[in-house]
Order: sequence, then C-alpha cells, then structure tokens
Amino acid sequence: MMISRIVAAAAEADPNPLLPSTPDLVWSSVVFAVLLVFFWIAVLPNFKKNLDARTEAIEGRLEAAEKAQAEAAAKTANIEAEQAAARAEASQIRESARAEGAAILAELKEQASAEAARLTATAKAQIEAERQAALISLRAEVGSLAIDLASSVVGASLQNDKIAAGVVDQFLASLEADNKAGKK
Amino acid sequence: MVHALDLLNVVVAHQASGSDFESPSINEFYPQAVLFAGTPFELNRIMMIRLLVMVLLIVVFSLWAGKFRSSTKQGKLVPSKFQLMGEISLDFVRKSIAHDQLGKVDGDRFLPLLTTIFFVVLGMNITGIIPSLNIASTALIGLPLVLAIAAYVTFIYAGIRKHGMGFFKSSLFPSGVPPVFYILVTPIEFLSTFILRPVTLALRLTMNMIAGHLLLVLCFGATSFFFFNAEGFFKAFGAGTFLFGFVFTLFEMLVAFLQAYVFTLLTTVYIQLALADEH
Repeated sequence: MMISRIVAAAAEADPNPLLPSTPDLVWSSVVFAVLLVFFWIAVLPNFKKNLDARTEAIEGRLEAAEKAQAEAAAKTANIEAEQAAARAEASQIRESARAEGAAILAELKEQASAEAARLTATAKAQIEAERQAALISLRAEVGSLAIDLASSVVGASLQNDKIAAGVVDQFLASLEADNKAGKK
Repeated sequence: MVHALDLLNVVVAHQASGSDFESPSINEFYPQAVLFAGTPFELNRIMMIRLLVMVLLIVVFSLWAGKFRSSTKQGKLVPSKFQLMGEISLDFVRKSIAHDQLGKVDGDRFLPLLTTIFFVVLGMNITGIIPSLNIASTALIGLPLVLAIAAYVTFIYAGIRKHGMGFFKSSLFPSGVPPVFYILVTPIEFLSTFILRPVTLALRLTMNMIAGHLLLVLCFGATSFFFFNAEGFFKAFGAGTFLFGFVFTLFEMLVAFLQAYVFTLLTTVYIQLALADEH
C-alpha cells in the first residue's frame, strides 16, 4: 500500500528510477519465470545430454582406435616374426643343401677313385695273367726251339729222351736264373 | 544517484532552452501505456521490448536445443556452426562462471538460475543499442530487482541447505573474531550480506543502463540538433557528436556483456560463499 502510494505520487511528478512500478515488477517476474523454466527444462538437459554423449562417444572411439592400433602392432610383430622364421628356415635349407651337396660330391669322388682302383687292379691282374700265359707258351716253344737248336748244333744222337730232357731242363733253369737276375 | 540524475536533467534542459534540442530525461524510461493501462499488466514500450526479447531468446535457444537433441540422437560428434555457437554461449556460463566458482557438482546444480540470469540480462541490455528498440529493458529497476531477489533467495537457500541455521550464525558471527567485536561486526555483516548484496546487484545494472541510454540520447540528440537546427559552421559539431555516439554505442555493447557477466558472476560468488565451510 505504502509503496504503491509512493510510486503513484512519484509517477505524477518525476518518476523515481529506484522504485519499480507494479507492471514493471509483474512483467519482469513473468519474463524471468518463463525463461527460468524454459532454460531449466528445455535447454540445459539437452545441452548436457549432448555434451555427455559426445564425451562418451569420443572416449569410446579413442579406445577403439587404441585397440585397433595395438592389434595392428601385434599383427606386424607376428608378420615380422614369421618372416624371420621363414628367412631362418631358408638359410637352414640352403645350408643343409650345401652340406648335402658336399657329401654327395665326396661320395662320388670316393666312388670314382674306388672304381679307378678297381679298374687298375683288374687291369694289373689281367696283365699278370697274360704275362703268365705268355711265359708258359714261351717256355713250351723255347723248349722245342732249344731242342731243335741243340740237335742241329750237336747233330748227334740226342734222340735219347732222357738226355734231351735233362739238357733242356738245365737250359731252362739257367735261363730262369738269368731272368731272375735280370729282374733284380 | 537520483539527485545526480535530476541535476543532469536540469543542466541539459538549461542548455537546450530556446531551441528544438530534446533533452534526455528520466521520463525516457516511462513511456506511454500501450495496452491494459491502469492495470498491473499495463504494457508500455519497454515491457513490450521485454516480451520481444523473451520470445527471441526462446526461439533461438529452442533451435539450439533442437540441434542438441538431434545430434545426441544421431550420435553426431562434429557440431554444426550454428550448434557450436549455442554450445559456446552456454558453455561460457557453465565452464567460465559456474564450474570455475562452484565446481562441477554445485555448478551444475545452480546452472539453470545462472544461465537464465546471464542470458536475460544480456538480451535485455543489448536492446539499448538495437535500432528502433533503442532502450535497455534492464534500465527499469523491476527486472534487475527480480533477478537480484532470485539471486538473494538462491544463495540463502544454498546456505541453509548446506549448513542449516549455522549458515546465519557463521554469516553474522564470523569465527576468529573476539566476541566483544560482534557488537560492531554483526551489524556490518548483516548489512553487507543480507541487504547490500541484492541492492547493489540491482542498482549496478539499472544505473549502468540508465546512464548508457542517457549518454546515447545526448550524443545522437545533439547530432540531430547540430545537423538540422544549427547554423553554418556549427553543423560541423554534429560530426563530432555523432562520432561520440558511435563510440559510445560500441562501449554500450561491451557494457551490456560486462554487466551480464558481472551480475551472473556475483550471484555465483554469493552462492559459493554461502556453500563454503569457513567464513
């Protein structure tokens, strides 16, 4: 009552800017109340929800990205390990192949030399056998040649077999002794 | 303050006597009623500007709220430019004022009030430099008073909610003061905490807006006078007064924002002081 009377009095003369008029207060309250309710109910919850959702989504995506990165790193490490293993295996295979090759070469060499030795031995044996055969045939021929020679030289009656055989043997023995001496 | 304003009127009126110069006066703030004259719902130009600002705020923030809702639903991470503007505006109050002073939990608790105060004050202040509106609707003390009362009720509520009646005890009888001094300290504390806080909140805003409006009226009124009524050489003064008016318009833009910031920040600080354990 008091205030409104003062306000009324003030309005008639020069209004006092420190005293609110009733319509001023009424409309101020209406505007303030409407906007308070509006911000409280309609704006701020949506604003906060949006920010929260964004924070959540960003955090989620960061996590996913980190996971993906870790996976990629693991995959890379795997691949590298596999590559290293493959490289090691390859070098191992190469190594074993080289060793095998060397072994085969050695074996072949051995075989070849064995073969060569065998051939040499066979050849020697054959030569020896042929020499023996030649010797035997030579002995037989030398016997008859010597008899012919002796009979022609002596001209006498060397038809006696006993004497003839003795002479021949003696001759042969000396021949052999000569031969041996010559060999040595 | 009132005296100073009266003095200004007198001086200006004296200067302007005998010409067409329209002196700015306090009557600027009491225009003719347009609707419901004589009732508590009397509408004049300033009340209509308030309603217009209210509608504009609701429209703009509804659009932003719609954007927030749709982007939450679609899980969109990158806000559009328009949405980002809304986020920056709301985040200014939320982060730079509420969270900085009150922390996250209490800041969010009192955020509706703080956001409303900030945007109401900013919106109503800025009408002072919008052509064809040309008056800050916070220059009438009613709105600042309502906001100050809201701040007052809120910080007392916050204190009582946290400390019960201990809030009044710690406010009026600060600890660490020898009991004898309470004779001196308690009235001062009572005056400063429970009377001066809302009064200064309301007066600071109102007087800033009144002064700003009168300055602009003075500058542009003078410009008009010099251009159209002055003779010859004196017309050139109009350019000077117009430049002043332009500069003060920019200044008013700053003041509009600054007063909104100060009002909101002080409300936050009062709430924070009420919530604090030690006084």
